[in-house]
Amino acid sequence: MNKHTKEPLLRTVKRAEMGNRQILILRLLAILLSLVAGGIFILCIGYNPFVIYGTIVTGAFRSAMAVQATVKIMIPLLICSLGVTLAFKMRFWNIGAEGQLIFGATCASFFALYCSNWNHVVLLLVMAVAGIVGGGLWGLIPAFFKVKFNTNETLFTLMLNYIAMYFVSYLQDGPWRDPAANGFSKIQRFDANAALDKVAGIQCGWIVALLLVVIVFVYLKFSKSGYEIGVVGVSQDTARYAGMNVKKIILKTMFLSGAICGLGGMIQASGSDVTLTMNVAGGVGFTAIIVAWLSQLNPFVILIVSFLFAVLEKGSSVVQSSFGLSTDCADVLQGIILFFILGCEFFVRYKFVGRSKGGDK
Amino acid sequence: MADYAIECKKITKTFGSVVANDQIDLKVKKGEILALLGENGSGKTTLMNMLSGIYHPDSGEILVNGQTVAINSPVDAMHLGIGMIHQHFKLVDSFRAMDNIVIGTKGKRLTDKELSQKIKEICDKFGLEIEPEKRVYEMSVSEKQTVEIVKVLYKGADILILDEPTAVLTPQETERLFDILRKMKEKGCAIIIITHKLQEVLEISDRVTILRKGKSIETVETAKSNKQTLTELMVGRKVSLEIDRPEPEHVDTILKVVDLSVDKPDGSKGLDDISFEIKKGEILGVAGVAGSGQKELCETIAGLMQAKEGAILYKKTNLLGKTPSEIINLGISMSFVPEDRLGMGLVSTMGMTDNMLLKSYKAGKGPFVRRKPAKELAAKLVEKLSIVTPSIETPVRMMSGGNVQKVLLGREIESEPNLLITAYPVRGLDINSSYVIYDLLNEQKKKNVAVMYIGEDLDVLLELSDRIMVLCHGKITGILDARTATKEQIGLLMTGDTEDAAEEMTKGGQTNE
Repeated sequence: MNKHTKEPLLRTVKRAEMGNRQILILRLLAILLSLVAGGIFILCIGYNPFVIYGTIVTGAFRSAMAVQATVKIMIPLLICSLGVTLAFKMRFWNIGAEGQLIFGATCASFFALYCSNWNHVVLLLVMAVAGIVGGGLWGLIPAFFKVKFNTNETLFTLMLNYIAMYFVSYLQDGPWRDPAANGFSKIQRFDANAALDKVAGIQCGWIVALLLVVIVFVYLKFSKSGYEIGVVGVSQDTARYAGMNVKKIILKTMFLSGAICGLGGMIQASGSDVTLTMNVAGGVGFTAIIVAWLSQLNPFVILIVSFLFAVLEKGSSVVQSSFGLSTDCADVLQGIILFFILGCEFFVRYKFVGRSKGGDK
Repeated sequence: MADYAIECKKITKTFGSVVANDQIDLKVKKGEILALLGENGSGKTTLMNMLSGIYHPDSGEILVNGQTVAINSPVDAMHLGIGMIHQHFKLVDSFRAMDNIVIGTKGKRLTDKELSQKIKEICDKFGLEIEPEKRVYEMSVSEKQTVEIVKVLYKGADILILDEPTAVLTPQETERLFDILRKMKEKGCAIIIITHKLQEVLEISDRVTILRKGKSIETVETAKSNKQTLTELMVGRKVSLEIDRPEPEHVDTILKVVDLSVDKPDGSKGLDDISFEIKKGEILGVAGVAGSGQKELCETIAGLMQAKEGAILYKKTNLLGKTPSEIINLGISMSFVPEDRLGMGLVSTMGMTDNMLLKSYKAGKGPFVRRKPAKELAAKLVEKLSIVTPSIETPVRMMSGGNVQKVLLGREIESEPNLLITAYPVRGLDINSSYVIYDLLNEQKKKNVAVMYIGEDLDVLLELSDRIMVLCHGKITGILDARTATKEQIGLLMTGDTEDAAEEMTKGGQTNE
């Protein structure tokens, strides 16, 4: 009665748990394959992949200035990745780093624009605090609604990004508009007094970022609060059972997560842009999500990965100027690399098995 | 050749490095009930999932009615006449029984009348009782199970697989199910019943296939076996089936529950006006069909759930309204083991050390966690309870069920509680681990700790507890002396039939509180 059914050609099968070494090899292989696939793409649009890849690397390192520029790209990315890591450890899907960064930058900019005559150090400290509080509040809003009404934090944080962004747009069109810009709508450049100082030729935000790497690592690994975050992330029931105040932990952690991103916003605005624009974040908040997960939420790995991302970005802009290749191509390359690396996580856990020979007579 | 409805030849299935099924052979004849016996993790469910098309074997052959087949999906299984009744029912709650029965069938849509006629024919044939118009959410567990059975019969199944069908039933309901199964057998159906309850195996099956650690150990004829031989085949060595029951010594009341009512999160009644006491140095067993209020009882005492009315007095302090951490500080340690064991008592991704910290991480001044004492405690437990783990930093989810349970119970006991609440502490454990857990509980009892034991196996409850409290729909239907109570009595109380239970009691000439 039954139609002769055959086994499917390929099946997915769970793998034995792999050793760290094997996983590392698999990931390296994925990166290699992604470069090959990216190379084919470059070939298709008529360039020599080796030349392009070479230019990306030399472009990021060819001079002291290039290296400085690369690090400058890395700073906000690194800080935001650390920020979202706190939330992700708690399994709180904070994809609002973008908005938290922007709002932090906005709050800091208020002092940069209107209190620029203050003592330099005091002003910068106040701006930093404003960035922290602003970003923190922007993170606290979705957390509050989450614990109060169990709203979906993914949508909530995402939407807040646009509110923050268009709030800046309103400011530059309205109250903060630079009257000296001849009808061109933009916010005026900060007074030099409100700009971060340079250390080793790069705005000193890189020192803050490095400090944050250590702080976030220690906080998550050794502090009582970090332990709580870990427990809440795995199971809220377990946390309640252990007598933890889950709501308080969510609120606190999301404030800190947003605060770190907000500080990143202050550093970007004051250190790199020296003004506030709608583009102060420029997608960093979204890339940070990828960086954080690629690094398995390990702060030190985040440092490395965000640096590599910065290299790719800086290198691509050099490729653009020397070959006239649009930066969109760099985005495609980034996409390909991500596809392979994220895709390889599947193979860490599963493998394909072909139809067994002779099993189907 | 076609004598056998199903033949499995050298079936192997691996999950990662775990070999769930290792060259398993199994045969079922038409008109036969085969019991598949084995401890948790011995591969019973995996094997059956391959027969019903959920998994695919890595190697080996499956023959249905003498023909080699490939079962790639539950639809394939259905076409071959294989129907599986899962442990967790797969029904749409808001649908009527008849809608659930036709789900997934092809062909012309029948009118309600035709459909109920067809369903009635099937029911009459096998002696099933069902109300086709009733909605699933209004049904009792055994009614739902009946719908599941009719569902597979309607689809033309003549090979039935039942995964732990009696786990959710009272003894009386079990008896009714067995009658139905016998009737099906007479009609020529092949039935495979998965279970780990020996009594039921002996009662219902014709033959027993025993699995141990993924291998088929032996197939014996039920008539030629007994409890002891089956246990030995299942465990692989001789075991004593006796559970200790020391006499309680100091019987002061430690916890008094007065007129307690608790609502479930969905607004329905969880506990309905219950009152009882727990005494020092006794084990109070709690029996009841799953979902009769056990979870609410545990969680309310631990402060995890809000009560509507009543009081819980612990040495004259009312616990209601107190937070879990305040209750923990009173010395009430609760070891609560929900169905997914790692869901509440332990953090699955953390190692033993970090799990030891769960309730004590706040100890000491300063913002940092002190891991050293936790590490020492973990090492101590590994030695004391002979916990098998590669290291104390290995995530507990990688450990076996028995070891996980030892970690959890060990941690609770080390906190030197006055009251220990354990919910299903041996669920999913092999026989040997179960006895280790019983011993641990008895040890606590001797130390004058009050133990509340929420269990599902009535035989164990009767042997281990001093008193047994029976819950039904959130009400206490009886508190019995475990030394004199019978299984039938508890069974009746579990369904809320207090009158018949009282009769049963007087019949036995026993009087209890």
